[in-house]
Amino acid sequence: MHSNSYTLLYAAAISVVTAIILAVTSEGLKPLQEANVALDTKKNILRSVRIASEDRATIEQTYNANVQELVVNSAGEVLSDVSAKSIRLKDQVNKAPEARQMPLYVYTGEAGKKYYVVPVYGVGLWGPIWGYLALEDDFNTVYGSFFDHKGETPGLGAEIAEKPFQEQFQGKKIMSDQDKFVSVRVVKKADKFTLGDEHRVDGISGGTITSRGVDAMLRNCIEPYLSYFETVKSSTGAVMPESK
Amino acid sequence: MSVESTSAPAVQEKKKEALFSKKNVRTLRDPLDDNNPITVQVLGICSALAVTVQVKPALIMAAGVIFVTAFSNLITSMLRNSIPNRVRIIVQLIIVATLVTIVDQVLKAYMFDVSKKLSVFVGLIITNCIVMGRLEAFALAQKPWPSFLDGVGNGLGYGIILVVVAIFRELFGAGTLLGFHVIPQWAYDHGYVNNGLMVLPPAALFVIGMYIWVQRSWNKKLVNVS
Repeated sequence: MHSNSYTLLYAAAISVVTAIILAVTSEGLKPLQEANVALDTKKNILRSVRIASEDRATIEQTYNANVQELVVNSAGEVLSDVSAKSIRLKDQVNKAPEARQMPLYVYTGEAGKKYYVVPVYGVGLWGPIWGYLALEDDFNTVYGSFFDHKGETPGLGAEIAEKPFQEQFQGKKIMSDQDKFVSVRVVKKADKFTLGDEHRVDGISGGTITSRGVDAMLRNCIEPYLSYFETVKSSTGAVMPESK
Repeated sequence: MSVESTSAPAVQEKKKEALFSKKNVRTLRDPLDDNNPITVQVLGICSALAVTVQVKPALIMAAGVIFVTAFSNLITSMLRNSIPNRVRIIVQLIIVATLVTIVDQVLKAYMFDVSKKLSVFVGLIITNCIVMGRLEAFALAQKPWPSFLDGVGNGLGYGIILVVVAIFRELFGAGTLLGFHVIPQWAYDHGYVNNGLMVLPPAALFVIGMYIWVQRSWNKKLVNVS
């Protein structure tokens, strides 16, 4: 039988030793892990503009060459002193729209056509869900989307991270005929739905709460960008030619 | 632990036992079949259901578990005479948790995609009954080398089941193996469809059940094990 002091000392010693080992491991691997997360973000943004690549170099190159990162506020101003990388979306989406600093990714495709990628963040059933919605330069038509989740149920809520669900968004409209923001709604087949088909996406059977989460997330996160979109539209004269 | 693997009749309890004596080999081999942690001891089922949708994550998960069982057994066995009995569970837990955290961190740094797929299940290796079970049942009373082998064996036994189940689930659920298309396109053209159930966790239960059935009708030693 060991004495009390031995037991206490032993516990303390083993805690200190393991703590040191873990601290060293964590610190040593941090740069690699952060690089992975940054790359993953870039990959997902590119996916929303329908560019799928797994190759590290291709992703970096395409992203750096074509994507411009902006931060805007709900008044439509560009906040040039804030970096999009420094913003944690999680903290922003719960603030009142007026107080938010919102990252926006502008992808310039072939022939100079621009796509505006809006990051979205919300809650699913078991945890956070997030994604990117790419709008065409009419600020109305959805070009593509990407969603991911922390721990939704595989086969049910987790389907939002799969292509069939995400591809439904392509070509949908976020503005009504009266130019009002209505978002793209994720609804069940049986739900009453008065807006046209261009505003609806089928929810996932068995993943109702996650589907509603996506629905709420889109509405919450896209609307504050509208005034910025208006600014861009009016400055470019509603027609395309920008720069040059 | 000296290397003198030849001769030396293994059954004798000599001070220096051969590195791969019969007894040690049995320690390593038993958990693969006769005493498999999943199908015979029925431990570690939860993660076996969750991470077996595809073969690649299953392989990585198996490697992670082998690493944790092997080294937690080894470390616990080396410390076994110094560990105060009253806090032994806590000490074991610290050892296991440290190893699991290391695995998690390494995966995040070097295999980010896989670590995203495995998500919480890497962390949950800590709660995998196999790990603590082997520490309590084996490592606390045995020398380091046999303990290490026991850990490797149990990790492998777990891994085999994981990979077998994953092969069935990926093949029938998605028509692929390790991401390569195995079921040819003409089969789909003639009306073959992937089985959606195989992608869901219950399918793992069915496959493990079948595995147990086949194993027990084939391995006579298991006939009377309840």
